[in-house]
Amino acid sequence: MRAEFDMSSDPEGSGPGPAASVAGVARSIAIRGLNLRLGSQTILDDIHLTVAPGELLALLGPSGSGKTTLLRVIAGLANATGGSLHFGDEDASRLSVQQRRVGFVFQSYALFRHMTVFDNIAYGLAVRARRERPGKAEITRRVVELLDLMQLSGFGSRYPSQLSGGQRQRIALARALAIEPRILLLDEPFGALDAKVRKDLRKWLREIHDKTGMTTIFVTHDQAEAMDIADRVAILNSGRIEQIGAPGEVRERPASGFVRKFLE
Amino acid sequence: MSDLVMPRRLSVGVTEESAWARRLLIGVAVAFLTLFLLAPLAIVIIESSRKGWTGYFQALFDPDARAAILLTLTTAAIAVPMNALFGLGAAWCISKFQFRGKNFLITLIDLPFSVSPVVSGLVFVLLFGAQGLFGPWLVAHGVRIIFAVPGIVAATVFVTFPFVARELIPLMQQMGTTEEEAALTLGAGGLRVFFTVTLPNAKWALLTGLLLCNARAMGEFGAVSVVSGHIRGLTNTVPLQVEILYNEYSLAAAFSLASLLAILAVVTLGLKAVFEHHAGSSRDAR
Repeated sequence: MRAEFDMSSDPEGSGPGPAASVAGVARSIAIRGLNLRLGSQTILDDIHLTVAPGELLALLGPSGSGKTTLLRVIAGLANATGGSLHFGDEDASRLSVQQRRVGFVFQSYALFRHMTVFDNIAYGLAVRARRERPGKAEITRRVVELLDLMQLSGFGSRYPSQLSGGQRQRIALARALAIEPRILLLDEPFGALDAKVRKDLRKWLREIHDKTGMTTIFVTHDQAEAMDIADRVAILNSGRIEQIGAPGEVRERPASGFVRKFLE
Repeated sequence: MSDLVMPRRLSVGVTEESAWARRLLIGVAVAFLTLFLLAPLAIVIIESSRKGWTGYFQALFDPDARAAILLTLTTAAIAVPMNALFGLGAAWCISKFQFRGKNFLITLIDLPFSVSPVVSGLVFVLLFGAQGLFGPWLVAHGVRIIFAVPGIVAATVFVTFPFVARELIPLMQQMGTTEEEAALTLGAGGLRVFFTVTLPNAKWALLTGLLLCNARAMGEFGAVSVVSGHIRGLTNTVPLQVEILYNEYSLAAAFSLASLLAILAVVTLGLKAVFEHHAGSSRDAR
């Protein structure tokens, strides 16, 4: 458990650890005619998007295209000004951010810096109302299981500042998975990491996704990253979806000049 | 690529002066510090010990002095928690929310710093004094604010308002809101987020703010002087009592009491250094 146990070596090859019972039943996400206007500005313009249960979808677009905002609207961290949003057959737009129970991973990790890794992962379980809260032993079991899944066993007593960027992001993912989210949303999760670590974690994320089978939306501006791991790719440009399709399809038959240029 | 950005010369720069210039500058700085900071502190200690330990403690246990100490402690005990709440509230609003008039609010928070304390005191007299705006109503209902303890507390709260907010705002702005958002997505309610994420992150800055707020609350002279009325044993705080004793040429007694304020200052500085050290080390990347 020394500091030289660096993430750059371990997720490669060995793959994710033992399967964890992290996922609930996978839900679909259905977005219809979603708008977000701030004054005269249109941030999101008539978004239609359906994500199948267990699918991994990448939201791809240049910065300022609205992909992060769309993700925040789905999570309930931002409000749309029109349109509908469903998780499965549940109207998610009526639910508060807490009720939506989405796993959200931030580009900046957003780990609680004054808590240990263990407390970070346990947070979502510990803040539940008493009757829904698992017992202490159960929480410990879940955290240990998730640390195993992230190949970070034994890191529980560390603080975020003692971890590398890649390790922090894996802890952030573990924390998001701990609440058994209905869907998983990742906002440029590897944006702050260097190229080598990015590549390793990308593969790793795909493996975790296959293991947990969770409906996942993944925001990125890196088209190689999107093409590499996503089942389907949605390309955004100034608040509109230009094209949705499988990576090969989008690459071979770009629907617009913008898509063609962006994928070049 | 690395050939292009080779560092030219590392040790060149503004810090390189000739030896005599450095010595001169350091000498000036040390002399200034000694004359204006250390010497007064030393004089307070020396003067207060002029009549020995017995004289020192006699001066402190004099009934009027004790009343002054008690009043100062009471005032701080009310003003500091109040400003802890106001400061936290203001800092939270300013750093975590977007709203119109935010810059105006930030400016307003600094008002007590930019106004002379005497003016602050006068404002309270004009509002609550017998001839003041609310004076007749207060007199009719037998409420005394000016020349009484409530006025002293109010003036102190006003003067010390910026300390907590000013420590917290930059820190909380720098922290941003993503940790709070993460807590929300994990199912925590607003209050829960505040107590488990926001407050622990701001802990050391809050303590520093409280410390400075306390030091000023106990040491405030100008504003309190205007509203106090200088009634011995009733409305004199320690700084006011020091002034009275000094004006009466009870120098030893004045300096004995003043030594308490000097000790407060030294303790405050020591604790502040400790708090800021902790704040610095907990401000790591997430």
